[in-house]
Amino acid sequence: MRKTLIATLCALGLQAGLPAQSWAAADQQFIPLPTYRVGPYASSGIPWWAGTLDYLRYVNEVEGGVNGVKLVWQECETEWSVDRTVECYERHKNGLDGAPVAFFITHSTPASYALMERGHADRIPLLDPAGGRTESTDGSVFPYAFPLLLTYYGQASVGINYIAQREGGFDKLKGKKIATVYHDSPYGRETQAAIELLAKKYGFENIQIPVAHPGNEQSAQWRQVRQEKPDWVFLRTWGVSTPVAIKTAARFGYPVERIIGDVWAGSEADVLPAGAAAKGYQALAPFPGGADFEIHKRLKEHILDQGKSDLKDPSFFGKVYYNIGLVNAAIMVETLRAGQARFGNRALNGEEGRWALEHLKVDEARLKEIGFDGLLQPLELSCADHEGGGAARVQQWDGEKWVLVTDWIQADRETLRPLIDAKSTAYAAEKGITPRDCRAEG
Amino acid sequence: MTTSIPSIAAAYDEAPVTLLRRRRLLLLGGLLALAFALPPLLGSDYWLNAILIPFLVLSLAGLGLNLLTGYTGQTSVGAAGFMAVGAFATYGLLLRVPGLPLPLALLGGGLIAAAVGWLFGIPSARIKGFYLMVTTLAAQFFLEWVFAKFPWFYNHASSGTISAPRLELFGYNLATPAGRYLLALSCVVLLTWVAHNLVRSQIGRNWMAIRDMDTAAAVIGIPVERYKRQAFAVSSFYLGIAGALWAFAYLGTASAGSFDINRSFQILFIIIIGGMGSIAGNFLGAAFISLLPIFLNHAGQWLSGGHVDTGQLQNLQKVIFGALIIWFLVKEPEGLIRLLRNLAERLRRWPLRF
Repeated sequence: MRKTLIATLCALGLQAGLPAQSWAAADQQFIPLPTYRVGPYASSGIPWWAGTLDYLRYVNEVEGGVNGVKLVWQECETEWSVDRTVECYERHKNGLDGAPVAFFITHSTPASYALMERGHADRIPLLDPAGGRTESTDGSVFPYAFPLLLTYYGQASVGINYIAQREGGFDKLKGKKIATVYHDSPYGRETQAAIELLAKKYGFENIQIPVAHPGNEQSAQWRQVRQEKPDWVFLRTWGVSTPVAIKTAARFGYPVERIIGDVWAGSEADVLPAGAAAKGYQALAPFPGGADFEIHKRLKEHILDQGKSDLKDPSFFGKVYYNIGLVNAAIMVETLRAGQARFGNRALNGEEGRWALEHLKVDEARLKEIGFDGLLQPLELSCADHEGGGAARVQQWDGEKWVLVTDWIQADRETLRPLIDAKSTAYAAEKGITPRDCRAEG
Repeated sequence: MTTSIPSIAAAYDEAPVTLLRRRRLLLLGGLLALAFALPPLLGSDYWLNAILIPFLVLSLAGLGLNLLTGYTGQTSVGAAGFMAVGAFATYGLLLRVPGLPLPLALLGGGLIAAAVGWLFGIPSARIKGFYLMVTTLAAQFFLEWVFAKFPWFYNHASSGTISAPRLELFGYNLATPAGRYLLALSCVVLLTWVAHNLVRSQIGRNWMAIRDMDTAAAVIGIPVERYKRQAFAVSSFYLGIAGALWAFAYLGTASAGSFDINRSFQILFIIIIGGMGSIAGNFLGAAFISLLPIFLNHAGQWLSGGHVDTGQLQNLQKVIFGALIIWFLVKEPEGLIRLLRNLAERLRRWPLRF
């Protein structure tokens, strides 16, 4: 035993004695990837990074990089904890072997909060698609934070808009009851202000029902739902509380077709444990599930069938979390392209990354070209608007897979903007920040 | 003639002790000087931001819990709850009392945490051992719930997150990595010195008497209940300051979720692995718990060169970490500090056997 141990240590020492390897060169673009392949969220993390890595490999090997600039990445395990994410950020913020960092995807709302000021000080844009700090949509106060795609307020608004669409118009919402069953955490409470404002605007009754973490037992909540008889339920749970909610709703006789799940309550992992009760359940999808998009055909041909995929279990191909990874990677690549159009075909640094993000424009034609049509919404960011999209599709679980039932539904961003502005102004006052003048930005 | 013999013997007995003391003091002084001179010596702020500041803060938290668990013998799994009190109280003081200097706000946060700790220490008069541990578990969940439920505590911010107000001291901006490091280091040095003297004073001796056998302690006239509550308060004071530093000097932000039960366990493991009833053990334990995973991550990436599947590598690191914990505790159940002391003894007698 001891001999084996010593031999192993010697072998390791020998390897350590070799000159340091280098993985990157200065003409390559470095992309740090804070991952969570172990820990409580590993089941979503593993397909997530498989999607991201598959697309990055596809860009490198099939397209020869972004305009010839090769991408190089390194993973850093965080277990979805804030302090480990901060460590990863600090480890990678200065690039790798000279290859610069253009942005850092935080993959966690708490981490986005923790890194906000560091990103600003180090001039590295922080991306958190469909998460992040809602008021950082206002780029004049938060130049280096990008809650891309769909903020929490936007998620609430898309949910209400979809309900209005199903009811036959916004005027039909008057007098209706909409209950929000939410995970009693900062994440769950985030949409309350937005729904309250929309309730005032459209005249529906706003009922908020909290579910305590982790939400293994929800009889009291759904008994209350049965008493109140809401016309719709907006389900803002996550983790184990989602399948439990769906099952408990069925037990109390609340029709599953009237439950709209939020973004983070809309993956296969949320409905499969609920079994037959989940059939007909709908959820918002800024990253829809499905393997029939154009990009999946390309990836299948060039990556999966070549055995280059990071996916251990091929049945996850096209699942919601795999597609989230794809969408994230596509945003990275399109951002680099936007920056290269201005700064030349070379690796970009953080400041150039910010410029690129604020001038990122991905339209329908471009989406068709890269094969993300229907999977990623058209995006257009600016200095004043760091969200850029603000739309989601609605998908329905048919018992075996997610089926998309709508096209992109836009959030009512004009109505919500004053809420965002008020919060960002308060933040600027608290921190003594003078907001940038966005009209002066080219 | 008979009188001179004991005096020679006494001098002979004392000589190595005084020399040893002086050497240790020199070593400690050198270490401190190095710690304070460190920021300009380090080229990048990675070491400060990601390694040293969290290490210092976790050591302080371990110290706080060690006063309660290691010295007074009251097991607590509510450490993170008291850290949350300190963080939210300091934030509230800085926000709502204009012009309050940072050290006073930290002190105030610590005192409020101490008051809350005293309150949750009241049951210790009636219950002991595992049952008391359960009440501290209740404190953990209750405090976490309070700071998520009532928006007043986080100034109605979105996501229930508090962020550091401007950190400055006498007009000097502490928001830089070096500033935050020095803030944490000063607090840790000061509080460690206080703790060191505390456990060697009458208070500390009474705590240890209670730990070793509380009935005997009561028999010799120590007011056991009062000293237990006092230990809860002092421990919470330390934890509260550690919480405020975690929120403001390290992460720059905090929410109730940053101080969940896992953080409590982390701090408990720090003192178990470092060494119960030891001041220096906290530092070793914190280094082991917080730095080893990072080191393994670096080493894994470096050795594999990116050719090994990363998912497997992460799991392998977990296995190594767990195996090391078991190995250390089997080798020396009294913690790393004991291991280190034995090693020092052995080295001193080398090559003879210890």
